[in-house]
Amino acid sequence: MNFIHNYIYYIGAFGLVFIGIYIILVKRNLIKVIIGLSILDTGINLFLISIGYISKGTAPIFSKIDMENAPMVDPVPQALVLTAIVIGVAVLALALSLAIRLYHHYGTLNLRKIKEQRW
Amino acid sequence: MRRIISLILLAVVALGIALCVIHIPFGAPKTKVGNYYIDKGREQTGATNIVTSVVVNYRGFDTLGEVTVLFVAAIGVSAVLATLKKKFQKKIEPPSLVLNAGCRFLFPLVLFFGAYIFIHGHLTPGGGFQGGAIIASAFLLTYLGCRGRRISESRSKLTESLSGLVFVLVGLIGLAIGGHYFLYNFLPKGVLHSLLSAGIIPIIYIAIGFKVGSEIAGIIDKLVEES
Repeated sequence: MNFIHNYIYYIGAFGLVFIGIYIILVKRNLIKVIIGLSILDTGINLFLISIGYISKGTAPIFSKIDMENAPMVDPVPQALVLTAIVIGVAVLALALSLAIRLYHHYGTLNLRKIKEQRW
Repeated sequence: MRRIISLILLAVVALGIALCVIHIPFGAPKTKVGNYYIDKGREQTGATNIVTSVVVNYRGFDTLGEVTVLFVAAIGVSAVLATLKKKFQKKIEPPSLVLNAGCRFLFPLVLFFGAYIFIHGHLTPGGGFQGGAIIASAFLLTYLGCRGRRISESRSKLTESLSGLVFVLVGLIGLAIGGHYFLYNFLPKGVLHSLLSAGIIPIIYIAIGFKVGSEIAGIIDKLVEES
Protein backbone atom coordinates (compact mmCIF):
# COMPACT_ATOMS: atom_id res chain seq x y z
CA MET A 1 0.00 0.00 0.00
CA ASN A 2 2.77 2.36 0.91
CA PHE A 3 4.58 1.45 -2.30
CA ILE A 4 1.53 2.33 -4.38
CA HIS A 5 1.08 5.57 -2.47
CA ASN A 6 4.67 6.59 -3.06
CA TYR A 7 5.06 5.66 -6.69
CA ILE A 8 1.60 5.94 -8.23
CA TYR A 9 2.48 9.09 -10.19
CA TYR A 10 5.63 7.55 -11.59
CA ILE A 11 3.74 4.38 -12.52
CA GLY A 12 1.04 6.40 -14.25
CA ALA A 13 3.49 8.61 -16.10
CA PHE A 14 5.61 5.72 -17.35
CA GLY A 15 2.46 3.78 -18.14
CA LEU A 16 1.53 6.55 -20.55
CA VAL A 17 5.07 6.57 -21.96
CA PHE A 18 5.00 2.82 -22.60
CA ILE A 19 1.54 2.98 -24.16
CA GLY A 20 2.88 5.65 -26.50
CA ILE A 21 6.00 3.67 -27.45
CA TYR A 22 3.92 0.52 -28.00
CA ILE A 23 1.54 2.39 -30.31
CA ILE A 24 4.46 3.86 -32.27
CA LEU A 25 6.08 0.43 -32.67
CA VAL A 26 3.02 -1.65 -33.50
CA LYS A 27 0.32 0.43 -35.21
CA ARG A 28 0.29 0.82 -38.97
CA ASN A 29 -1.93 3.84 -39.42
CA LEU A 30 0.06 7.06 -39.49
CA ILE A 31 -2.57 9.03 -37.57
CA LYS A 32 -2.45 6.43 -34.79
CA VAL A 33 1.35 6.72 -34.68
CA ILE A 34 1.02 10.49 -34.26
CA ILE A 35 -1.52 9.95 -31.45
CA GLY A 36 1.01 7.63 -29.79
CA LEU A 37 3.66 10.34 -30.05
CA SER A 38 1.31 12.75 -28.32
CA ILE A 39 0.53 10.27 -25.52
CA LEU A 40 4.26 9.71 -24.98
CA ASP A 41 4.72 13.48 -24.73
CA THR A 42 1.98 13.72 -22.11
CA GLY A 43 3.55 10.93 -20.05
CA ILE A 44 6.93 12.67 -19.97
CA ASN A 45 5.30 15.95 -18.92
CA LEU A 46 3.44 14.19 -16.10
CA PHE A 47 6.68 12.57 -14.93
CA LEU A 48 8.53 15.89 -14.79
CA ILE A 49 5.69 17.55 -12.86
CA SER A 50 5.51 14.67 -10.37
CA ILE A 51 9.27 14.87 -9.77
CA GLY A 52 8.85 18.51 -8.76
CA TYR A 53 6.08 17.79 -6.25
CA ILE A 54 6.75 18.49 -2.58
CA SER A 55 4.48 16.95 0.06
CA LYS A 56 1.47 19.15 0.89
CA GLY A 57 2.86 21.88 -1.36
CA THR A 58 0.69 24.43 -3.13
CA ALA A 59 1.21 26.00 -6.53
CA PRO A 60 4.16 28.42 -6.52
CA ILE A 61 1.97 31.53 -6.76
CA PHE A 62 1.73 34.07 -3.93
CA SER A 63 -1.89 34.88 -4.62
CA LYS A 64 -2.62 35.91 -1.01
CA ILE A 65 -0.61 38.20 1.22
CA ASP A 66 -0.14 35.74 4.11
CA MET A 67 1.41 32.84 2.24
CA GLU A 68 4.94 33.20 3.51
CA ASN A 69 5.45 29.86 5.18
CA ALA A 70 3.30 27.58 3.07
CA PRO A 71 5.35 24.83 1.36
CA MET A 72 5.40 25.25 -2.39
CA VAL A 73 6.19 22.82 -5.17
CA ASP A 74 9.30 23.28 -7.26
CA PRO A 75 8.68 25.95 -9.96
CA VAL A 76 11.51 24.86 -12.26
CA PRO A 77 9.93 21.63 -13.63
CA GLN A 78 6.67 23.52 -14.16
CA ALA A 79 8.45 26.13 -16.28
CA LEU A 80 10.24 23.38 -18.22
CA VAL A 81 6.97 21.53 -18.83
CA LEU A 82 5.41 24.77 -20.08
CA THR A 83 8.18 24.79 -22.68
CA ALA A 84 7.71 21.10 -23.44
CA ILE A 85 3.94 21.44 -24.01
CA VAL A 86 4.43 24.24 -26.54
CA ILE A 87 7.12 22.25 -28.36
CA GLY A 88 4.78 19.23 -28.31
CA VAL A 89 2.09 21.29 -30.04
CA ALA A 90 4.61 22.39 -32.66
CA VAL A 91 5.77 18.80 -33.30
CA LEU A 92 2.16 17.59 -33.51
CA ALA A 93 1.22 20.26 -36.07
CA LEU A 94 4.27 19.49 -38.21
CA ALA A 95 3.64 15.73 -38.05
CA LEU A 96 -0.02 16.17 -39.02
CA SER A 97 0.88 18.37 -41.98
CA LEU A 98 3.40 15.75 -43.15
CA ALA A 99 0.68 13.10 -42.79
CA ILE A 100 -1.67 15.19 -44.97
CA ARG A 101 1.10 15.48 -47.55
CA LEU A 102 1.77 11.72 -47.50
CA TYR A 103 -1.93 10.99 -47.91
CA HIS A 104 -2.16 13.26 -50.94
CA HIS A 105 0.90 11.63 -52.49
CA TYR A 106 0.21 7.93 -51.83
CA GLY A 107 -3.53 7.89 -51.33
CA THR A 108 -3.23 5.90 -48.10
CA LEU A 109 -2.12 6.33 -44.50
CA ASN A 110 -1.23 2.66 -43.99
CA LEU A 111 2.50 2.48 -43.41
CA ARG A 112 2.68 -1.09 -44.75
CA LYS A 113 1.44 0.04 -48.16
CA ILE A 114 3.87 2.92 -48.49
CA LYS A 115 6.96 1.23 -49.83
CA GLU A 116 9.50 3.82 -48.73
CA GLN A 117 8.18 3.76 -45.16
CA ARG A 118 8.25 0.00 -44.62
CA TRP A 119 10.47 -1.38 -41.86
CA MET B 1 5.76 -11.27 -34.21
CA ARG B 2 6.22 -7.53 -34.24
CA ARG B 3 3.94 -7.25 -31.24
CA ILE B 4 5.95 -9.78 -29.22
CA ILE B 5 9.27 -8.13 -30.05
CA SER B 6 7.86 -4.74 -29.05
CA LEU B 7 6.52 -6.09 -25.77
CA ILE B 8 9.86 -7.71 -24.89
CA LEU B 9 11.69 -4.47 -25.74
CA LEU B 10 9.26 -2.47 -23.61
CA ALA B 11 9.65 -4.88 -20.69
CA VAL B 12 13.43 -4.49 -20.77
CA VAL B 13 13.15 -0.70 -20.92
CA ALA B 14 10.56 -0.73 -18.12
CA LEU B 15 12.85 -2.77 -15.88
CA GLY B 16 15.72 -0.35 -16.44
CA ILE B 17 13.57 2.70 -15.78
CA ALA B 18 12.03 1.14 -12.65
CA LEU B 19 15.50 0.47 -11.20
CA CYS B 20 16.37 4.16 -11.68
CA VAL B 21 13.08 5.75 -10.66
CA ILE B 22 12.72 3.77 -7.44
CA HIS B 23 15.56 5.84 -5.98
CA ILE B 24 13.71 9.12 -6.56
CA PRO B 25 11.54 9.70 -3.46
CA PHE B 26 8.14 11.14 -4.21
CA GLY B 27 7.23 14.41 -2.53
CA ALA B 28 10.67 15.24 -1.11
CA PRO B 29 12.27 18.63 -1.75
CA LYS B 30 15.05 18.20 -4.27
CA THR B 31 16.48 21.24 -5.97
CA LYS B 32 18.10 24.22 -4.27
CA VAL B 33 17.43 26.48 -7.23
CA GLY B 34 13.66 26.06 -6.81
CA ASN B 35 13.86 27.19 -3.20
CA TYR B 36 16.00 30.13 -4.25
CA TYR B 37 13.39 31.21 -6.79
CA ILE B 38 10.59 30.90 -4.24
CA ASP B 39 12.48 32.87 -1.59
CA LYS B 40 14.00 35.61 -3.73
CA GLY B 41 11.73 35.66 -6.78
CA ARG B 42 9.31 38.29 -5.53
CA GLU B 43 12.01 40.77 -4.57
CA GLN B 44 14.08 40.24 -7.68
CA THR B 45 11.36 40.27 -10.32
CA GLY B 46 8.24 41.70 -8.63
CA ALA B 47 6.01 38.91 -9.97
CA THR B 48 3.86 36.91 -7.55
CA ASN B 49 3.61 33.97 -9.94
CA ILE B 50 6.98 32.28 -9.52
CA VAL B 51 6.56 30.12 -12.62
CA THR B 52 6.13 33.29 -14.67
CA SER B 53 9.23 34.84 -13.17
CA VAL B 54 11.20 31.68 -14.01
CA VAL B 55 9.85 31.48 -17.56
CA VAL B 56 10.16 35.14 -18.51
CA ASN B 57 12.91 36.51 -16.32
CA TYR B 58 15.37 33.91 -15.05
CA ARG B 59 15.10 31.70 -18.12
CA GLY B 60 13.95 34.32 -20.61
CA PHE B 61 16.50 33.36 -23.23
CA ASP B 62 15.17 29.81 -23.13
CA THR B 63 11.68 31.18 -23.76
CA LEU B 64 12.96 33.08 -26.79
CA GLY B 65 14.24 29.76 -28.14
CA GLU B 66 10.89 28.13 -27.44
CA VAL B 67 8.99 30.86 -29.29
CA THR B 68 11.45 30.42 -32.16
CA VAL B 69 10.71 26.67 -32.27
CA LEU B 70 6.99 27.41 -32.54
CA PHE B 71 7.70 29.96 -35.28
CA VAL B 72 9.81 27.48 -37.25
CA ALA B 73 7.08 24.85 -36.89
CA ALA B 74 4.47 27.31 -38.23
CA ILE B 75 6.74 28.07 -41.20
CA GLY B 76 7.28 24.33 -41.70
CA VAL B 77 3.55 23.63 -41.76
CA SER B 78 2.96 26.32 -44.36
CA ALA B 79 5.96 25.16 -46.41
CA VAL B 80 4.85 21.51 -46.38
CA LEU B 81 1.26 22.33 -47.26
CA ALA B 82 1.94 25.24 -49.64
CA THR B 83 2.40 23.39 -52.91
CA LEU B 84 -0.40 20.93 -52.33
CA LYS B 85 -2.97 20.88 -55.12
CA LYS B 86 -6.58 20.44 -54.22
CA LYS B 87 -7.82 17.27 -55.82
CA PHE B 88 -11.50 17.63 -55.12
CA GLN B 89 -13.78 20.36 -53.99
CA LYS B 90 -15.96 19.42 -51.06
CA LYS B 91 -19.43 20.83 -50.74
CA ILE B 92 -19.74 22.64 -47.47
CA GLU B 93 -23.16 23.18 -46.02
CA PRO B 94 -23.78 26.61 -44.55
CA PRO B 95 -24.11 26.52 -40.75
CA SER B 96 -27.50 26.80 -39.15
CA LEU B 97 -28.69 30.07 -37.65
CA VAL B 98 -28.21 28.95 -34.04
CA LEU B 99 -24.63 27.79 -34.65
CA ASN B 100 -23.77 30.93 -36.57
CA ALA B 101 -25.24 33.33 -34.00
CA GLY B 102 -23.77 31.39 -31.07
CA CYS B 103 -20.28 31.41 -32.43
CA ARG B 104 -20.49 35.10 -33.36
CA PHE B 105 -21.60 35.79 -29.80
CA LEU B 106 -18.89 33.66 -28.16
CA PHE B 107 -15.96 34.76 -30.32
CA PRO B 108 -15.28 38.18 -28.66
CA LEU B 109 -15.83 36.71 -25.19
CA VAL B 110 -13.22 33.99 -25.76
CA LEU B 111 -10.81 36.60 -27.14
CA PHE B 112 -11.41 38.73 -24.05
CA PHE B 113 -10.76 35.79 -21.73
CA GLY B 114 -7.50 34.99 -23.52
CA ALA B 115 -6.39 38.61 -23.19
CA TYR B 116 -7.24 38.52 -19.47
CA ILE B 117 -5.15 35.36 -19.04
CA PHE B 118 -2.02 36.80 -20.59
CA ILE B 119 -2.30 40.29 -19.09
CA HIS B 120 -2.53 38.82 -15.58
CA GLY B 121 0.24 36.29 -16.21
CA HIS B 122 2.45 37.66 -13.43
CA LEU B 123 -0.31 37.62 -10.79
CA THR B 124 -2.50 34.57 -11.36
CA PRO B 125 -2.10 31.14 -13.01
CA GLY B 126 -1.73 31.56 -16.73
CA GLY B 127 0.48 33.53 -19.03
CA GLY B 128 1.33 34.26 -22.60
CA PHE B 129 1.35 30.71 -23.91
CA GLN B 130 -1.94 29.76 -22.26
CA GLY B 131 -3.62 33.01 -23.30
CA GLY B 132 -2.34 32.60 -26.85
CA ALA B 133 -3.74 29.07 -26.98
CA ILE B 134 -7.15 30.37 -25.80
CA ILE B 135 -7.12 33.08 -28.49
CA ALA B 136 -6.28 30.45 -31.12
CA SER B 137 -9.18 28.34 -29.81
CA ALA B 138 -11.47 31.31 -30.51
CA PHE B 139 -10.35 31.21 -34.14
CA LEU B 140 -10.86 27.43 -34.19
CA LEU B 141 -14.42 28.08 -32.97
CA THR B 142 -15.10 30.35 -35.93
CA TYR B 143 -13.68 27.76 -38.33
CA LEU B 144 -15.88 25.02 -36.90
CA GLY B 145 -18.99 27.08 -36.26
CA CYS B 146 -19.34 29.73 -38.93
CA ARG B 147 -17.36 28.62 -41.95
CA GLY B 148 -16.42 31.16 -44.54
CA ARG B 149 -14.85 33.58 -42.10
CA ARG B 150 -11.09 33.43 -42.56
CA ILE B 151 -8.29 35.24 -40.83
CA SER B 152 -6.22 37.55 -42.97
CA GLU B 153 -2.86 35.89 -43.52
CA SER B 154 -0.86 39.08 -43.96
CA ARG B 155 -2.28 40.61 -40.78
CA SER B 156 -1.55 37.52 -38.71
CA LYS B 157 2.02 37.49 -40.08
CA LEU B 158 2.32 41.18 -39.21
CA THR B 159 1.10 40.61 -35.63
CA GLU B 160 3.48 37.70 -35.22
CA SER B 161 6.51 39.61 -36.52
CA LEU B 162 5.77 42.74 -34.49
CA SER B 163 5.32 40.85 -31.23
CA GLY B 164 8.49 38.83 -31.84
CA LEU B 165 10.31 42.09 -32.51
CA VAL B 166 8.99 43.57 -29.24
CA PHE B 167 10.30 40.55 -27.32
CA VAL B 168 13.79 40.77 -28.83
CA LEU B 169 13.94 44.59 -28.53
CA VAL B 170 12.96 44.60 -24.84
CA GLY B 171 15.56 41.91 -24.20
CA LEU B 172 18.26 43.86 -26.04
CA ILE B 173 17.38 47.10 -24.20
CA GLY B 174 17.77 45.17 -20.96
CA LEU B 175 21.12 43.86 -22.15
CA ALA B 176 22.27 47.41 -22.98
CA ILE B 177 21.11 48.94 -19.68
CA GLY B 178 21.86 46.13 -17.25
CA GLY B 179 24.92 44.84 -19.04
CA HIS B 180 24.67 41.42 -17.37
CA TYR B 181 22.20 39.30 -19.23
CA PHE B 182 19.43 39.24 -21.80
CA LEU B 183 16.01 40.41 -20.54
CA TYR B 184 17.37 42.43 -17.62
CA ASN B 185 14.39 43.85 -15.71
CA PHE B 186 15.06 47.56 -16.22
CA LEU B 187 11.58 48.96 -15.50
CA PRO B 188 10.46 49.74 -11.91
CA LYS B 189 9.11 46.70 -10.10
CA GLY B 190 6.03 48.43 -8.70
CA VAL B 191 3.89 47.24 -5.83
CA LEU B 192 3.44 43.50 -5.37
CA HIS B 193 -0.04 42.14 -6.23
CA SER B 194 -0.91 45.08 -8.49
CA LEU B 195 -1.49 44.90 -12.23
CA LEU B 196 1.23 47.37 -13.21
CA SER B 197 4.09 45.61 -11.47
CA ALA B 198 6.97 43.29 -12.25
CA GLY B 199 8.69 45.59 -14.75
CA ILE B 200 9.06 44.06 -18.20
CA ILE B 201 7.25 40.77 -17.46
CA PRO B 202 3.74 41.93 -18.54
CA ILE B 203 5.16 43.49 -21.73
CA ILE B 204 6.97 40.27 -22.65
CA TYR B 205 3.96 38.12 -21.83
CA ILE B 206 1.59 40.29 -23.88
CA ALA B 207 4.01 40.01 -26.81
CA ILE B 208 4.22 36.22 -26.34
CA GLY B 209 0.42 36.01 -26.14
CA PHE B 210 -0.06 37.79 -29.45
CA LYS B 211 2.72 35.78 -31.08
CA VAL B 212 1.53 32.36 -29.91
CA GLY B 213 -2.11 33.21 -30.69
CA SER B 214 -1.37 34.29 -34.25
CA GLU B 215 1.00 31.37 -34.86
CA ILE B 216 -1.40 28.66 -33.65
CA ALA B 217 -4.29 30.37 -35.48
CA GLY B 218 -2.14 30.31 -38.64
CA ILE B 219 -1.40 26.59 -38.16
CA ILE B 220 -5.12 25.87 -37.65
CA ASP B 221 -5.90 27.93 -40.75
CA LYS B 222 -3.48 25.91 -42.88
CA LEU B 223 -4.72 22.55 -41.56
CA VAL B 224 -8.40 23.48 -42.04
CA GLU B 225 -7.71 24.75 -45.52
CA GLU B 226 -6.07 21.52 -46.68
CA SER B 227 -8.24 18.96 -44.95
